[in-house]
Amino acid sequence: MAHLPMLDIQGVSNGIRDGNFTVEEYITSLLNRIEKIDKKINAFITINKNAINQAKEIDKKIKNGRPIGPLAGVAVGIKDNISTMDLKTTCASKMLSEYIPPFNATVVQKLVDNDAIIIGKLNLDEFAMGSTTEWSYFGITRNPWNTNYVCGGSSGGSAASVSSHMCTLSLGSDTGGSIRCPASFCSVVGLKPTYGMVSRYGLISYSNSLEQIGPIGKNTSDVRKIFLTISGKDINDDTSLDNNNYNLTTNNYFKKKIKIGLIKELIDGADQDVSNCIYSSLNTLENLGFKCEETSLKYTEYALASYYTIATAEASSNLARYDNIRYGFQLDPDDYEWNSYFSETRGNFGDEVKRRIILGTYVLSSGYYGKYYVKAQKAKSIIKMELKKLFKKYDLLISPTVPVLPFKIGEKIDDPLKMYLIDINTVLANLSGIPAISVPAGFRDNLPIGIQIMGDEFQEEKILTVSELFEKSININKYPNL
Amino acid sequence: MTIKIGLEIHCQLTEIQSKLFCSCFSNYRTKDINENICPVCVGLPGSLPLLNRNALNHAIMISKALNCEMPEMMMFSRKNYFYPDLPKNFQITQYDTDETNTCIGKRGTVYYGDDKKVRILRIQLEEDPGRIVYEEGTKQALIDYNRSGVALVEIVTAPDFDDPKDVRLFLNKITSILAHLNVCRTDLEGSIRCDANISIGEGKKVEIKNVSSFKDVEKALTYEIARQQTMNVHDIEIKAETRHWDEKRKITKQSRSKEEVEDYRYFPEPDIPKILVDKKYISSLKIPELPDDRKLRFISQFGLSEHVSQVLIDNKELGDLFESAVKIYYSPVSISNWIVSDILAFLDFDASGKKTLEEMKINANHIVEVARLVDENVINRTVAKSILSRIIKTGELPSKIINEKQVSLITDEKLLSKTICSVFDKEKNAVEDAKKNPTVINYLLGKVMRETSGRADAKITLRLIRKNLGVGR
Repeated sequence: MAHLPMLDIQGVSNGIRDGNFTVEEYITSLLNRIEKIDKKINAFITINKNAINQAKEIDKKIKNGRPIGPLAGVAVGIKDNISTMDLKTTCASKMLSEYIPPFNATVVQKLVDNDAIIIGKLNLDEFAMGSTTEWSYFGITRNPWNTNYVCGGSSGGSAASVSSHMCTLSLGSDTGGSIRCPASFCSVVGLKPTYGMVSRYGLISYSNSLEQIGPIGKNTSDVRKIFLTISGKDINDDTSLDNNNYNLTTNNYFKKKIKIGLIKELIDGADQDVSNCIYSSLNTLENLGFKCEETSLKYTEYALASYYTIATAEASSNLARYDNIRYGFQLDPDDYEWNSYFSETRGNFGDEVKRRIILGTYVLSSGYYGKYYVKAQKAKSIIKMELKKLFKKYDLLISPTVPVLPFKIGEKIDDPLKMYLIDINTVLANLSGIPAISVPAGFRDNLPIGIQIMGDEFQEEKILTVSELFEKSININKYPNL
Repeated sequence: MTIKIGLEIHCQLTEIQSKLFCSCFSNYRTKDINENICPVCVGLPGSLPLLNRNALNHAIMISKALNCEMPEMMMFSRKNYFYPDLPKNFQITQYDTDETNTCIGKRGTVYYGDDKKVRILRIQLEEDPGRIVYEEGTKQALIDYNRSGVALVEIVTAPDFDDPKDVRLFLNKITSILAHLNVCRTDLEGSIRCDANISIGEGKKVEIKNVSSFKDVEKALTYEIARQQTMNVHDIEIKAETRHWDEKRKITKQSRSKEEVEDYRYFPEPDIPKILVDKKYISSLKIPELPDDRKLRFISQFGLSEHVSQVLIDNKELGDLFESAVKIYYSPVSISNWIVSDILAFLDFDASGKKTLEEMKINANHIVEVARLVDENVINRTVAKSILSRIIKTGELPSKIINEKQVSLITDEKLLSKTICSVFDKEKNAVEDAKKNPTVINYLLGKVMRETSGRADAKITLRLIRKNLGVGR
């Protein structure tokens, strides 16, 4: 019997079906592993105490010959900004440190309906604002490949928990690269779907117009399965879309016809170690029979400014509701006039969140709205147009996911601008609403490097197919030593 | 100096089942405190607004009725401000510059009174906040979110009024239009509210808020004009400010608020997709008969006077009462007179000024019976009036009251002669006078009426008195 925590969805399903182990045994093995190694990583904020009981329920169903869902026994970790009914959902913030949602996010409900087990809630930068998971009220999440290094962010707990085999897979959210960056830094696969493909109902908003929930898995196959489970129109989210446009079938000529463009601006700006790795990935893709060439995307220099303007503007409004009146943390309102109570409460956000609220408030204020917010929206639509033009020529576009290798904890925490530059390659997909994946491409000094594959809207399957072929071809058989 | 008054009218869409962005009931009035709430209308993290299509339809109907231009695309915006009754600390509303049109409607016109015209600047759809309840004797404020998220239509007029009386007339017209559209039960407490902006000459704009009834809007404006004019006389500068109407003292008071203008940081609501407006769909939304058309129809179809028709359409319930009564008993002029001169009097004389027909327990059948009994000479108008005042309280049918009180007219000549004889016995002097002076006959008639509690048939009695006096016809 293989080491249970290492299994992917297929492995878990087969093992349970063939009676090699029970769901209870599988979940226990994961809980034991969390108990043993999460001290070093700090990926989990909350463990679901009910997971074992749910495992027993599914075992009972199997024993009684009742039908089970396709994800039976699969253990999913959920980023702690996605609502789970009766299970604390903190956003890694003091503001929500005691908050228990009365409803499940649509994605969580879909997983549970398919008999998946929610194993726990995963660490993130407070309110998903950050690129390293150093900004959590519950402490830093460390990179399983080297615990002195950052794991990326903001879905750091989601990537680190999968890479260190503490869950089968996880859900993250991606506003400017928050799934892909940690996936790249932890050597796992992370997909940000087309805007609207996955319901945001239950996702605690940071920047509504940019973010999507997506899966992080050990391989592309797992990511595809979860993506298909959680996507589709949701009556609780008016911005969600039907997946009718979505083409699941891949045909035989598919491979030969595919043209891939490498975005010059995004590789030129990357560190040498990273760009070398991506060029060698390009060779791998060419050897697989894809037509690859370098191409240029105009206006990339405006992407980051546009992203941070829009994201912080929406954030400043989204986070206004945390006033401790209806839910929050213990703070006795006696002797406060309500405005001063409001100020007192809101002093409890972390520094990065405060910075973004102030920035967002500023760019929306009268006299500056036209200068910043409106311009950022213009840049956003121009970038989308430019990308659409490129997709007329290329099926897919590639780049490094992150222009740098994982770096040491604390290295960039005092320099917000350097920190924001980490997102430069990933924000394009959020600004234009297109899908993008990060797939492990190699290592340098035992630190992971990921390649980003972007497709046009609704072209997830094209991305996943190429990702899967690439993954099989380079065949990384390496696990973090913990 | 020119007076300029503009209005902002807020009207709840009470005739849709649910709130603007969730499925909680729009009728929060019958619910226990904080019982009519869900994750969306208390703004729980992760909840998303879902636009209520019926609310959109009703708002569009208002826009059509006020002759507004329709946009090609509608969208919602966030208005950001902190207040404890606002669970998200922003309100989802609509916002526009002068050049664009993304609200429900823009640039409309309404005629009222004697062909007076008011321009409508814009109509927008937004959510109502919750309500703050102040506990007496404590410093605490409690919050009831039952109202939070109820659909509200804001109607903004141009500063086209210069007389508070016109404002009152206009508000009556708007109320009647909203009632005829069946979008708002305007008789419900807080279902329709009005803020007013007023400036005099070159003076700054003053906003008056917290006016609970439309009658008080007129009073508040009259007071405010006098206040500002006095300040002008004394060369005191009028500041741009918000003032509240103090109902008890009948004055406006400066609100305790900050000096600087609040910056609401409007931006497009990212959770609600833009709405492309389909012209065919808009024209398929049928508007019921509006007050102006109804008035013309009352005049032409029923031969009512302009004045009577106006009174009937000013209050949709009266108009409806009239039409259902006429369907049962076709006597439009007498029925309309009963409604306009008598029922209306009871409505107005009621102390609160707000009693509804429903509360008055009167329906078309009552009016029909009263009108028919008078038309058929069974009772006279005086008796009818006293019956009406009883019906309003009890809801009994007139025929029942008549049997019980024996109020039908006395036409029996023997009975009447007997009464006349006893009056003649008591009033010997008057009888002598009446023989010389015919006007004294009326005095004697009055005495007989008093003896019979007004039930004596006047024509017969008069004939019998003359006969007894020996006076010719």
